[in-house]
Amino acid sequence: MSKQATRGKSTIDYEKIVETEDFKALIKRKKNFSRPYVIFFFAAYFILPLLTGYTKILETRAIGYMTWTWVYAFSMFIMVWVFTSIYMNKAKHFDTDVDNIIEKNVLK
Amino acid sequence: MDFISYLIFFAVIALTLYITWWAAKQTTTASDFYTAGGSLTGWQNGLAIAGDYLSAASFLGIAGAISLNGFDGFYYSIGWLTAYLVVLFLIAEPLRNLGKFTMADMIGARFGAKKVRGAAALNTITIVMFYMLAQLVGAGALIKLLFGIPYNASVLIVGTMMLIYVLFGGMTATSWVQIIKALLLMAGTIIISFLVLMKFNFNFIGMFDAMRTATPHGEAYLHSGVVYKDTIGLISVLLALVLGTAGLPHILMRFFTVKDAKTARSSVIYSVWIIGLFYVLTIFLGFGAAKFVGADAIIAENAAGNMAAPMLAGVLGGNALESFVAAVAFATILAVVAGLVLSGASAIAHDLYGQVIKNGNVTEKQQVNAARWASIGIGVFSIILALGAEKLNVAFLVSLAFCIAASANVPTILMTIYWKRFNTTGAVTSMLSGLIVALVLVAMSPSVWNPVEGAALFTGEPIFPYALPTIFSVPAGFIGAWLGTVLSAKRHEELEVSYAEVRFKAETGYKELDN
Repeated sequence: MSKQATRGKSTIDYEKIVETEDFKALIKRKKNFSRPYVIFFFAAYFILPLLTGYTKILETRAIGYMTWTWVYAFSMFIMVWVFTSIYMNKAKHFDTDVDNIIEKNVLK
Repeated sequence: MDFISYLIFFAVIALTLYITWWAAKQTTTASDFYTAGGSLTGWQNGLAIAGDYLSAASFLGIAGAISLNGFDGFYYSIGWLTAYLVVLFLIAEPLRNLGKFTMADMIGARFGAKKVRGAAALNTITIVMFYMLAQLVGAGALIKLLFGIPYNASVLIVGTMMLIYVLFGGMTATSWVQIIKALLLMAGTIIISFLVLMKFNFNFIGMFDAMRTATPHGEAYLHSGVVYKDTIGLISVLLALVLGTAGLPHILMRFFTVKDAKTARSSVIYSVWIIGLFYVLTIFLGFGAAKFVGADAIIAENAAGNMAAPMLAGVLGGNALESFVAAVAFATILAVVAGLVLSGASAIAHDLYGQVIKNGNVTEKQQVNAARWASIGIGVFSIILALGAEKLNVAFLVSLAFCIAASANVPTILMTIYWKRFNTTGAVTSMLSGLIVALVLVAMSPSVWNPVEGAALFTGEPIFPYALPTIFSVPAGFIGAWLGTVLSAKRHEELEVSYAEVRFKAETGYKELDN
């Protein structure tokens, strides 16, 4: 860490780069993309104990003797797999944007 | 155990030792030792993450918990898998972009003060000790069950093996042991699950019907609430599971064993598929053990149900399968403790010795030597603790480690990446308030105090009602971050890197050449 502390002023003006339209747009796109997913998975996760703890609605049978509690739990697994795949695809686009920003602002 | 069982058991151990010998020849620099030189590919690291994650608590613990408690045991599977969304969406890439070897590196990339790094190292060591204690106690019990050697001797054997892996092979050996072990563990789990499903005539829905009457809990076995009667207590446990992963030093360290953030990201994807598949299969392990081994037999062997999976393997596949599963469980524990020793040693040798004491002026050779000595220190210390901890509940120790990781590390990590105003004082107060509130509340909880003599560490009424304090200690970490930041009069700006730089590097992975 001391390396960073004693390194002195960097030759790159980060204050300026983070104020560029390109970078601000990237941050905004990233935020707009991930926020709904993050809110959704946290909500889905904590609604499960609220439903099992305070209500009985998940205790009815869904298929045979498998209750809705299990169906809910299995859909959490599917949610995790689907969200990671979506993230993976989206992140590839962000990679291209990042390369462009570095190209334009740092390596010029 | 018969001859075949010994043969299978020692074949697995010999394989892992061979890997260590092979890796030892390639470990020369500090980077090799801590992070396998950042040389792992996405799928390799994904398997290694799965290996780290599917510890004794996952394999032995969840199988046991589901077999004894039904759906309440399955909460662990749900929580530990969903945790990867937190890691992937919020932590993995910025962490890889900012850090070098350890979690403290990443926080130190923004806050240069020694006290920040010191606090981060303290958290890492505390978490590692609890986690390691759990694994060593579990390993001791497993060896005692298999070979009939006394607990103390078992712990010493496991401890010595673990030090051999780490000292000679470093992260390269630990990673490859994790990868192979993850494959063996998946193979074993798939075989057992297939055999269980076959016993139920491949009728997944019919299995639930059969489970209604298979356990002492009756139909309640299939519902939430066998163990977690109190919803706040349940939410507290779930919060520890979902946030804790993002603060576990040995998991975070895995993101430095790949070359860049893209590979870190793809390794999370691989691990999510493997870990997810494994956790789905825990249902078959748990249900199978409850139905074909029986709750009474499981409890008779180990009150927490830890031996349910190996026992089920024995019932379904005879001695050979049982010893294969036991050998894999043993390799699991060894590999996980080796990873833990490495992350603890990196906190001591890299963060405390290298950066705080020596100001970063250490040679490669000194670093690796310091790391080896730190590994021995941590190893010996945890072996001594484990010798006196036979009666402690393994699942409790692991969930405690998750609770501390969630409370003490996660708020600081998130604020370092995402909060512009966050400062040095805030980082220190956040880490310490999370850690202290978690430890103090646990010390007053029913996990430590029980009115029945011998049921917990101390006899008496617990002051704090919940087994895990996550629901209070995580907010304490965030409030500590906020209060420390807004109230601090003394600034450390000369030691802080501007948020603009941190933000840019975290988002883009750009690194200057002198770094």
